[in-house]
Amino acid sequence: MKATVLVRPKPGILDPQGEAVGSALGHLGFDVRDARVGKVIDLELEAADAAAAKAEVEQMCERLLANPLIESYEVEIVG
Amino acid sequence: MARPQPRIGVVTYPGAQDDRDALWALGALDADAVPVWHEEQELPDLDAVVLPGGFSYGDYLRCGAIARFSPATAAVREFAEAGGLVLGICNGFQILCEAGLLPGALVRNESLRFVCRDVRLTVERNDLPFTGRCTAGQRLVMPVKHGDGRYLAPPDLDESQVVLRYLDNPNGSVDGIAGVCNEAGNVMGLMPHPEHAVDPLLGSDHGALLLASLVDAARERALATI
Repeated sequence: MKATVLVRPKPGILDPQGEAVGSALGHLGFDVRDARVGKVIDLELEAADAAAAKAEVEQMCERLLANPLIESYEVEIVG
Repeated sequence: MARPQPRIGVVTYPGAQDDRDALWALGALDADAVPVWHEEQELPDLDAVVLPGGFSYGDYLRCGAIARFSPATAAVREFAEAGGLVLGICNGFQILCEAGLLPGALVRNESLRFVCRDVRLTVERNDLPFTGRCTAGQRLVMPVKHGDGRYLAPPDLDESQVVLRYLDNPNGSVDGIAGVCNEAGNVMGLMPHPEHAVDPLLGSDHGALLLASLVDAARERALATI
């Protein structure tokens, strides 16, 4: 089973990296109103089915992959 | 009666840089400073523990996120939960936050730049084992050196847990918070480096006030167990 985890800085948390990227895109002439930078984590795991895999990856997010105080996460089971 | 030398452990994680300075500073302040390797499952008999600055396990994912799982950190958690004195400096502060022993998180500096300079601090509390030699409101000068030192407080942080504040916020920390303690007051973390400020030759000896406070408190505990 493959899973993709998206980790984002929570709304309201200042993301200076996103701001720097947004401003660099502005310098290139792109009209960017907002940019936020997160992380992608690709996993391969053993699980009975997609639901079990999702539950397990969510556990991983809560316990390690994301810091719930500052980051939100999204889990996608790729199959 | 002879003053017993309190035993204070300094944990060396892979990537630690300031463990030797911390050991030296504690020794100079009359503690028996004991190096503790990160693979140790159990701590030796100690009166306090210092988690020093630098880096740990590449600081992959988030600073301190992997160090939280090292055997020594598990032993430090047990020590802290039993009321033991634990001080985390810089990366040590990040590890304590990731381990949930201190509230909040430390993220990339607002400027995105690594800052390395002396900062001015105010002491918010002098009733802790880490600040006993300070006066409330006292100003201290100590160096910071970090890229990820912006403190983000949890929404329910009790104001009384703020121990140190920056006078000139170098990293964008919420409310200028430079150091916090847990509710019980036996665990503290700070981004500035007291171990680099223990002699006027180094530009400031104000760090010695914090470390000597810890040595005092550790000595009291050592005496109590004799």
